[in-house]
Amino acid sequence: MSPPSLSPTAAVAAASDAPPPDTPAKGVRSRLTSRTGLAATCAALLLVLLASVVVAIGLGSAVVTPGDTARLLWAALSGGSIAADEVTTYQIIWQIRTPRVLLAALVGAGLSAVGVAIQALVRNALADPFVLGVSSGASVGAVGVTVTGGLAALGIYAVSAGAFIGALVASLLVYAASASRGGVLSPLRLVLTGVAMALGFQAVMSVIIYFAPDSEATSMVLYWTMGSFGAASWGSLPVVAGCVLLGLAVLHRYSRALDVLALGDETATSLGISPDRHRKGLLLLASLITGVIVAVSGAISFVGLVMPHLVRMVVGATHARVLAVAPLVGAVFMVWVDLVSRTLVAPRELPLGVITALVGVPVFVTLMRRKAYMFGGR
Amino acid sequence: MDLVLDGLSVTIDGKLLVRDLSLEVGSGQIVGLVGPNGSGKSTALKCVYRALRPSSGVVRVGDDDLSRLTPRRGAQVVAAMAQDGAVDLDFTVEEVVALGRAPHLRGNQALGARERELCARTMARLDLTRLADRGVLTLSGGERQRVLLARALVQEPRILVLDEPTNHLDVRHQIEFLSLLKGSGLTVLVVLHDLNLAAAACDRIGVLSHGALVAAGTPEEVLTTGLVDEVFGVKASVISHPLTGDPQLLYALSPSPPL
Repeated sequence: MSPPSLSPTAAVAAASDAPPPDTPAKGVRSRLTSRTGLAATCAALLLVLLASVVVAIGLGSAVVTPGDTARLLWAALSGGSIAADEVTTYQIIWQIRTPRVLLAALVGAGLSAVGVAIQALVRNALADPFVLGVSSGASVGAVGVTVTGGLAALGIYAVSAGAFIGALVASLLVYAASASRGGVLSPLRLVLTGVAMALGFQAVMSVIIYFAPDSEATSMVLYWTMGSFGAASWGSLPVVAGCVLLGLAVLHRYSRALDVLALGDETATSLGISPDRHRKGLLLLASLITGVIVAVSGAISFVGLVMPHLVRMVVGATHARVLAVAPLVGAVFMVWVDLVSRTLVAPRELPLGVITALVGVPVFVTLMRRKAYMFGGR
Repeated sequence: MDLVLDGLSVTIDGKLLVRDLSLEVGSGQIVGLVGPNGSGKSTALKCVYRALRPSSGVVRVGDDDLSRLTPRRGAQVVAAMAQDGAVDLDFTVEEVVALGRAPHLRGNQALGARERELCARTMARLDLTRLADRGVLTLSGGERQRVLLARALVQEPRILVLDEPTNHLDVRHQIEFLSLLKGSGLTVLVVLHDLNLAAAACDRIGVLSHGALVAAGTPEEVLTTGLVDEVFGVKASVISHPLTGDPQLLYALSPSPPL
């Protein structure tokens, strides 16, 4: 953290003839907003994430100490050797838990970042990655594949592929229905159409389940609406990692455009940012990332809605900072949520959505009450 | 750099909002656009900062047709204070002012030392330095207008267009704001409601009525008893300001039947 006297605002105040600034005591926010402060914060969060991942990989029905976990992980990464009696432990850690914990981190990061983007692009504080009908579309796709046995050529990835296709179809429908004749997207119409479409998809899903011959479809729906990392594997992880990390990088490049969009469409135009073109690009990007995430983990609620607000309360509204911090916080949060989900009532698993809400809501409400926080002047 | 509106027409949903408007703003001049509510002032202005595309006609900045410039390039030449001053997120004053540099930066490239200097200087000039860390959503109307002007100024445009910038300002801030505008050296096209302020601030005034330009010229030429009656439907006496000589209007409430 840099001393306050080095922050740009203090330097400006000293240089101008203006009377000494009557700013309140420099709080966490101004320390975090300096460049070095932001870098330090991100580095610290990255360390926390790393520690959380190691601890979470060690915990489960067979407990492995963090030291042993780190050693075995290192052996796996560097191709080192391990003792013969550790083979089972190694397999649990490397084949089962590591992909699962990494998936949790990726999903948490992705949902948080997409939440930030979606809230900015539809200009609505209540928006989250699923507001555009993506999650219910994915559920219909997944259940459809399960019931009809379609996409069988894709083997174990058939259901995920079905979910991804469903998510994209839902986004396209929402887009087509909300674009005006001139092809212009209105943020409000986008949100309302998304909500309406989600209800429609839920109805379609209910019909499929109603006529489905077995109970597999029912459990599939539960899985997709509550979220789970049970299907995590090394096979699907690279695709998810590639999409999420690439998406984060692109979003970060868009961060000033997101700032400008929050100033209103006319002002954005006057600053050389075409609101409509950016909205379409961001919508496409958000749909792709969300589609991939939903396909591998189901629709985990709360994270994408609340993480953006939580992070803005601490680091301020500028997207370059929010988009740097939110994915890290989201990743740490999701790693711990997943740990609770698989250990609290083991051997059964609690649905992730239940935990994100039960843990997150009280935290969020408390913070909201403590800080004067505003979105859209309200 | 001068600004020329040439035969501008705007039709939206079959309604002709601006009809064949031609107006010239000479380099460094301040030209006011006045007219009753719904006369097409804001619509015409939107064509200049490209929130609207004219149905026909062109906007020229210097030798360039504005519509042929990329949005970025256009924003480097023309800055605007639009009427939608509402901001969604609680940025600090300093952050909003810095966003004025957006047309000059690529992606999320950070501000350079000169640009930070420019922002600081502009904020000091508009008496915003002590508000630098305040959230914009907590500002008063007058403070917010000053922030938006600062943002437009750090854009370093050649041309500035403003849509009723003195709304929500008290008398002192109205006068300070327009004085700043006069001293800026920019080519300015400004929509104003207050005819007396327009007369004091503008080199020339254009009067719009039902989407068409009905008069244009110096304040003395334009603001006459006859024109004010014809366009605004108001009987006013025109006197000359004792200090500046600008024409000023005096109104009297019309007698109305008892309620």
